[in-house]
Amino acid sequence: MAAAQNVPQPSAGPGAGQQHAEALDAAEVSRLRADFPILETQVGDQPLVYLDSGATSQNPRCVMEAEQQYYEQFNAAVHRGAHTLAVEATDHFEAARAAVARFIGAGDDEVVWTSNATEALNLLAYAFSNASAGRGGSAAERFRLGPGDEIVVTELEHHANLIPWQELAFRTGAALKYIPVDAAGALRMDLAPEVIGPRTRVVAFTHVSNMLGTITDVAALVALAREVGALTVLDGCQSVPHLPVDVKRLDVDFMAFSGHKMLGPTGIGALYGRRELLNAMPPFLTGGSMITTVTMERAEFLEAPNRFEAGTQRISQAVGLAAAVGYLDEVGMGRVAAWEERLGARMADGLAQLPGIRLLGPDGVARIGTATFDVEGVHPHDVGQFLDARGVAVRVGHHCAQPLHRALGVTASTRASTYLYNTEQDVDAMLNAVADVRGFFGAEA
Amino acid sequence: MSGLEQLYQQIILDHAKRRVGDGLQEPAPGHASGESHQHNPICGDQIQLRVELDGTRIVRISWDGTGCSISMAAASVLTELAEGVERDELIGLIDQFREVMRSRGSVEADEEVLGDGAAFAGVAKFPARVKCAMLAWVAAETALLAAA
Repeated sequence: MAAAQNVPQPSAGPGAGQQHAEALDAAEVSRLRADFPILETQVGDQPLVYLDSGATSQNPRCVMEAEQQYYEQFNAAVHRGAHTLAVEATDHFEAARAAVARFIGAGDDEVVWTSNATEALNLLAYAFSNASAGRGGSAAERFRLGPGDEIVVTELEHHANLIPWQELAFRTGAALKYIPVDAAGALRMDLAPEVIGPRTRVVAFTHVSNMLGTITDVAALVALAREVGALTVLDGCQSVPHLPVDVKRLDVDFMAFSGHKMLGPTGIGALYGRRELLNAMPPFLTGGSMITTVTMERAEFLEAPNRFEAGTQRISQAVGLAAAVGYLDEVGMGRVAAWEERLGARMADGLAQLPGIRLLGPDGVARIGTATFDVEGVHPHDVGQFLDARGVAVRVGHHCAQPLHRALGVTASTRASTYLYNTEQDVDAMLNAVADVRGFFGAEA
Repeated sequence: MSGLEQLYQQIILDHAKRRVGDGLQEPAPGHASGESHQHNPICGDQIQLRVELDGTRIVRISWDGTGCSISMAAASVLTELAEGVERDELIGLIDQFREVMRSRGSVEADEEVLGDGAAFAGVAKFPARVKCAMLAWVAAETALLAAA
């Protein structure tokens, strides 16, 4: 495959890129910004300072063009029909899958398209559920849960990697346990060996906290899970866009991620799964395009990934996401991670110097370019509104992580999150605006 | 006036600090009362609000709440406005306030009627914040029903 030679391979596991790769520099970031038309937007009379990529990222022109080109030249239903367009559409769809698979170090048939990470995690939970109801035959034995079995998550989780497991526990009678965080929000790794035990069947955890940006020690949790024969599920939503991620090096069984957080379109995400696991798992959504033989009584299913892709797929979105990973590859994920680490440190240092601002999260744990903070005397909604008037877009609220907020003793917070297109000037604009918040709301002593 | 100053008028910022009615009060013997808890799941703002009536007249509103300056100021303004008002009159005020809030800025607030509540007209231009302003007013409406 000639094309593959031109694609840089992910350089190393998480964190390694930050240590070894040279960061992007300001001049290059400035050039990259020209690829993102929306960054020219004015908010009122202020230039947009977009620091909400943790929620959704912006699209470079090549992603939008790829989608448009698909609709203008190749649009047809994939995996059916013998006409030329149908063949071309299928080729583009599968090439997109291969590109995304390569980006995370997976085999082409180990990537299942979903709408987003939430659907990917639900797909898994419902596949376990269907196995527990007896579907999938003896091959699905390892996905069968019942009373006495345990599912383990962490207190860091986004609701999308918590509620599907809660519901699975309710449906199957399995117990849900979790690894707690300390008062600062660091995962209590010292307790993990107690929580993950002989009854544990699944350990589902986030690679990077969506609220705090802190990076989980994946290797330690995978080792504990392996020791007791539990399957591992990684939420890669905040890591795949920002760090070099290689699923084989991480040695996880499953990983979910979303396209729109990594320069891609909305409506596309993926579930990575080890080939032998995906092929042993009963399907979640059923219907067209996922079967071999159908009678009025029953159906036989295709191999993965197709067995999990019932109905007409998100073809233009997949093509757009492939363009996004191509763009990220060209820049280099190690360099992206190193640049964002620098921006993250600038945010943390700047916030630490402002009176009445408390940076949330533990010290000494590596983070992506995310800074989440509490403003003494001012509600996060008011903080966000004030920043918006300065053109600064941040996320306020509970960030779909209510349990983690509760553990940190806050109901809501303000989160600034970077991406490869953010500059040091963006960070400074945010810091300058935050410096004025308490004065405006009369919260200064 | 900038958009921000339209939203956060000084009256609102003052009420957010004064928080008239903050702290739930036990109703006096012989008075009717009704309570309501309202919660905005998007931002976690919440309020527990009690309406105390002597016959058909509102004696007092009191509440416990956490939330942004808009939601807390709206509770404070409502508390001040409602004291001594007839039940039906307060229902009318709530309806008027809601109409202004839902108008996206097209309906003028009558300061003669809504008092400090008229300062919230600017909030109507920020659809994401209308729920904040309505939180206490919806609680009062529900509490009145509970008291009936």
